[in-house]
Amino acid sequence: MPTASISLVRMHTEIIKPPRALWVSFEMGHPLGPPDDAAFQRRVLITLLGMLEAPDGPLLEDYPEDEPETSDELTVLTCPVYFAQDEAETGETDQLEAAFRREMTALRPWYDMGVAKRQRTNVGVSGIELEALGDFIYAFVRGEEPENPRDDIPLAYTLKFAVEDLKTYYIEGITSQPGQAGASSQRLFDWFWDETAAGKVLLELKKVCEASTDDKLSQVGGHFIVPMEVALRKKD
Amino acid sequence: MVRLEKLIEEERELMQRMARMCPSFETHPWVEGPPLSQRRVAIITTAGLHGRHDRPFQLDPNDFYRVIPGDVQANDLVMSHISAGFDRSAYLRDWNVAFPIDRLREMAAEGIIGSVADFHYSYNSPSAKVEAAGAIREVAGLLKKDNVDAVLLFPV
Repeated sequence: MPTASISLVRMHTEIIKPPRALWVSFEMGHPLGPPDDAAFQRRVLITLLGMLEAPDGPLLEDYPEDEPETSDELTVLTCPVYFAQDEAETGETDQLEAAFRREMTALRPWYDMGVAKRQRTNVGVSGIELEALGDFIYAFVRGEEPENPRDDIPLAYTLKFAVEDLKTYYIEGITSQPGQAGASSQRLFDWFWDETAAGKVLLELKKVCEASTDDKLSQVGGHFIVPMEVALRKKD
Repeated sequence: MVRLEKLIEEERELMQRMARMCPSFETHPWVEGPPLSQRRVAIITTAGLHGRHDRPFQLDPNDFYRVIPGDVQANDLVMSHISAGFDRSAYLRDWNVAFPIDRLREMAAEGIIGSVADFHYSYNSPSAKVEAAGAIREVAGLLKKDNVDAVLLFPV
């Protein structure tokens, strides 16, 4: 079967030597390049498809174009509830919970508008209704172990997917605010982990999971909720 | 990916540890096909994508892939990849950054490629484990039955 592959980590592709690989300098998560840029994505695809007509291989080529820089200094991402941030700073759990709840509520109209505009949402992997998502996640932070609403996957995975639903809700919501549709992935990442109560809740959640005697919860919650870079930075 | 020198040290080390787990092969099979304008193209992604009502992916050594029908619409698909280590915000705004089905449909309509396959396939993550070999052969057989003669592989 003729194949052509995008390569994100060049040193891995150099070892595996697949028949045709096109290394791209793009961020992990978008092998075709930036969102909402059909012309850019098309250029990548045309180059990749062109490799299928090469006479012999294995081939590993470098795609010449980087993802365009976005002018983040012009974009000020604001969560609609400033006071949430202030209360979360006090470090008291009940205030963090209150800030988290207010933040989630305030983002709802933006999230709903985003779904209406894009005609899609990635929220829903956990199967937990949005209205119950905050309760489910926060119960763990309080040290409780809520009942698993699903019978097909272990509780640790329901929690993992609930966490991804939460992050998705925030990103889909904030990017539908005026002027935020083109915010860079780095800006959105920094905003979520440094400026929202939800980010603080997930850092607390990671600590709780790491201390859990449930192996799966400890593994999934310890490694797959908070990105490595954030976990290291917040530990300092 | 972001060039290695731009990663933090721990991430760079992780990539190097993963490099030591990458398999190398003694042979390098090379299969050709008809001109691009006659090819039938399928996508294989390791983004952990699947139908909204499919079982999500877990770290299960015996559960390898999901099937994505060719007429899939954007809201039919969700991502349940286990990793927290890659950007999802671009995919949330535009599924084509990881699953460029709209671009392929456009190219088929323009005659740049012959057609888009009836089925595409999704894995949870790139697996170098030998246990995956059977499931990969199985998918290759399914692709042949779909008359596919070009497969595009997309990591995240």
